[in-house]
Amino acid sequence: MSVARDVFTLLCLLAGAGFFLAGTLGLLRFPDSLSRLHALTKADNVGLALIVLGLLPQAGSVLDGAKMLAVWALVQIASGTVAQLLAQLAHGERGAQALADSAAPSPEGGPT
Amino acid sequence: MSLVLDSFLGVLALALALRVLLAREALAAAIGFVGLGLVLALLWVRLDAADVALTEAAIGSGVTGLVLLRTAAAAKPVAPQGVAVRGLAALIAFAVFCGLAALVLTLPEPAPSLADEAAAHLEATGLGNPVTAVLLVYRALDTLLETVVLLLALIGVWSLSADRDWAGAPPPLWRFAPTPPLVFLARILPPLGILMGLYLFWTGADTPGGAFQGGAVLAAAWLLVLLAGLRAPPAAGSRRLRALLLFGPALFLAVGALGVVFAGAFLAYPEGIAKPIILVVEAAITASIAVTLGLLVLDPPQPPGPLPVEGHSSP
Repeated sequence: MSVARDVFTLLCLLAGAGFFLAGTLGLLRFPDSLSRLHALTKADNVGLALIVLGLLPQAGSVLDGAKMLAVWALVQIASGTVAQLLAQLAHGERGAQALADSAAPSPEGGPT
Repeated sequence: MSLVLDSFLGVLALALALRVLLAREALAAAIGFVGLGLVLALLWVRLDAADVALTEAAIGSGVTGLVLLRTAAAAKPVAPQGVAVRGLAALIAFAVFCGLAALVLTLPEPAPSLADEAAAHLEATGLGNPVTAVLLVYRALDTLLETVVLLLALIGVWSLSADRDWAGAPPPLWRFAPTPPLVFLARILPPLGILMGLYLFWTGADTPGGAFQGGAVLAAAWLLVLLAGLRAPPAAGSRRLRALLLFGPALFLAVGALGVVFAGAFLAYPEGIAKPIILVVEAAITASIAVTLGLLVLDPPQPPGPLPVEGHSSP
């Protein structure tokens, strides 16, 4: 039982680290701000989710597990919003046309 | 395992410090500074100094980082100083480093410590957290002065505005129209932030936490509301705002003065009711610190009316 739990943790952590690596690679290599943001938010979302998921079976108590889930949920909503704000700034730097788009309530404000 | 983690954090802190020093742009240096603060906070946690870690994360990295970021973003780029000036600065910094290193290396073994002394009298204070006992009992004068220093810093920021704008409000934090996700975040996060801020202040009596950390979290919740445009920044001339700013330090000072009458010394607390008094003082300074920190992040007051936003339109 304990071995299965450790293997589950290990697999989840490896997968999560993979997402963070890919996200960082995208951040360093992608050509423009919006693509870089896109890569980064994937690492935040799925990477952190996998790491929390992997650590949950190792939590000492229900409270510890709840704390990790709370951290994940807070990072979720915060990073999604910050990505929107950065996308808005990146749009703003592209000139007047893009600005008019971003000022309007457009559905494609940026990746979350 | 812990050795690997600690050395990794140590090397990371040094690398980030170098990055801050060598950054060509002020904004890059400020970003590096925030990251450095986070790593330092983790290092303090590894040293079992949770109080210092919380303060480093909330004040050192959080509020100070925010102020630096906003300053760096607003500052005009300046040409780098000549080699002579930079060399001199490096020389002075190196001399200071050598002095500090010599002091640390010549400390007697074991290093002198007042920890036993602080723990011995903890019971008389009614507190469970020795750090809070130092801050609000043994060295209460320092803490009183710190709250006043914060006020002085705010007066310094406000002094940057023109005389006629002195009573005006700071400009909005964000120059674009708030996006729906930002408004959503600003509606759901502040209740959590307020809870966390109050908890940090309340738990500070017995476990790591305190007025400055709690105040910083409360200030962050308030700034988020301002960022999303759900509330406008308050006018610096508002009497209510000024009363709130002064409330904490003034109450602290009054309690200290009463100590002369009832306990025989300035900032001494009467035996037996020390803890309730400390909690009341801490609650008051938490509120004042929160408002002061928030206003420190905002810009100096500006004239009312439509603002000259840097080429971008805000509706």
